[in-house]
Amino acid sequence: MQTLIYVITILLYIVVILVPLMVGVAYLTLAERKIIGYMQVRIGPNRVNLPLPLLNKLRGFGQPIADAFKLMFKEIVLPTHSNRFLFIIAPTISFAPAIAAWAVIPFAEGWVLSDINVGLLYILAMTSMSVYGILIAGWASNSKYALLGTLRSAAQVVSYEIAMGFALVGVLMAAGSLNLSDIVAAQNGSFLHWFWLPLLPLFAIYFISGVAETNRAPFDVAEGESEIVAGFHVEYSGMLFAIFFLAEYANMILIAALASLMFLGGWLSPFQGIPVLEPMFAWVPGIFWLLGKMSIFLFLYLWSRATFPRYRYDQIMRLGWKVFIPITLVWIVVIGVAILVKLPPWFDIVAKG
Amino acid sequence: MKSVTHYLKRLFLLELFKGMGVTGRYLFARKITIQYPEEKTPLSPRFRGHHALRRYPNGEERCIACKLCEAVCPALAITIEASPREDGTRRTTRYEIDMVKCIFCGFCEESCPVDSIVETNVFEYHGEQRGDLLMTKERLLAMGDKMEPQIANDRASDAKYR
Repeated sequence: MQTLIYVITILLYIVVILVPLMVGVAYLTLAERKIIGYMQVRIGPNRVNLPLPLLNKLRGFGQPIADAFKLMFKEIVLPTHSNRFLFIIAPTISFAPAIAAWAVIPFAEGWVLSDINVGLLYILAMTSMSVYGILIAGWASNSKYALLGTLRSAAQVVSYEIAMGFALVGVLMAAGSLNLSDIVAAQNGSFLHWFWLPLLPLFAIYFISGVAETNRAPFDVAEGESEIVAGFHVEYSGMLFAIFFLAEYANMILIAALASLMFLGGWLSPFQGIPVLEPMFAWVPGIFWLLGKMSIFLFLYLWSRATFPRYRYDQIMRLGWKVFIPITLVWIVVIGVAILVKLPPWFDIVAKG
Repeated sequence: MKSVTHYLKRLFLLELFKGMGVTGRYLFARKITIQYPEEKTPLSPRFRGHHALRRYPNGEERCIACKLCEAVCPALAITIEASPREDGTRRTTRYEIDMVKCIFCGFCEESCPVDSIVETNVFEYHGEQRGDLLMTKERLLAMGDKMEPQIANDRASDAKYR
């Protein structure tokens, strides 16, 4: 009986996390189209309204739902000589890790599904799993463009994983813990105590690697419309394509959440330690700060997509191996020295251990 | 020295931030989208849209079946058959423009000695069945009757440049 209740509560928690996440994904697509449209002096989708009392004034708010319905009713085309089983399972393989990683994300103090001590490691494992979905999709499609996209994506994700891992090593050194809640707790103080300042190069590298890891512009050579049609998902249509799409956007939100947890103090208020403003904003729940910080990163994602042309493939490799990895290596040494000399205000408190 | 500054510039992504500044400014720029069915762009009097056959003010059709338009049409979209009418004048018995073939070059209009075939500024038309876009003489004349004030107005406003 107790086990049953436990299982049910866990399932409820999962629903409570996943439903807002899926809604977030849906509206992130709308935000993307709107923001990129605005940056290109266009308006973006503004025709489909939601027939709901308050929302029907917001033009275009029904667009994601209309898109979802369209994709649901479209035919799923199976290419000849494709590996059926792998072809159908590939989107799920890329989608599952993207949402599984959310298990260890703390949304506010104590609001975490599973407060495990190796949270960071688990995240790293999960985000690198999603490349398998792309690999399998490209191979199972029996299409040269899909295979090319897959090869590019695999090499790219593997290269940036290293830089990303080193950036995370810096965070874990600074916080003295792999538990994400402890990492946020270690940034307590004020917005100057957050890790973005001592780890600034790692912060930039983490976010840029995150963009590369999620195969987003300007690192979206895996899709590369101009040269390999649509890359790994050329052959996908209907709901199978939609799941790839969901995975990509869920990964984007995940990277944004991680960046705000590890470098911008997660749910901590930005007004901490400021005399007048801190009590003024004390009533705001931590999750709003986290969501606010996440939206900054998501906006950066869309902003860079609207700004930059796609990297050339060899330049991507050069950036990952010859720029990011050396910088992270150097900065890990710098952080090590800073921790040794107990550099205030970040490292003067002995790290928990 | 130059290479060092260049290296630092690249390392700190200066040019990229400049680029983001540009797109960031355009985020707040006035949007120039024309919301088509409700808003429309102004049309030039020389706009080349749907064809029409004109008539003289007394109701007599202008076309004298000289077939210059048929000859000049680069897309071979015009088909004309002609024979004398009861009163002895030469008139078309068949005048068809295949709107599927037409490339809207305006040569027919240029070549016409009596300003009979013209292109109006109507560009919103469609066909629902095969053959709907094959414009017969009746339909072209009807179009001309309907659009005559607009056609005459456009010709008049363009006349001083010709």
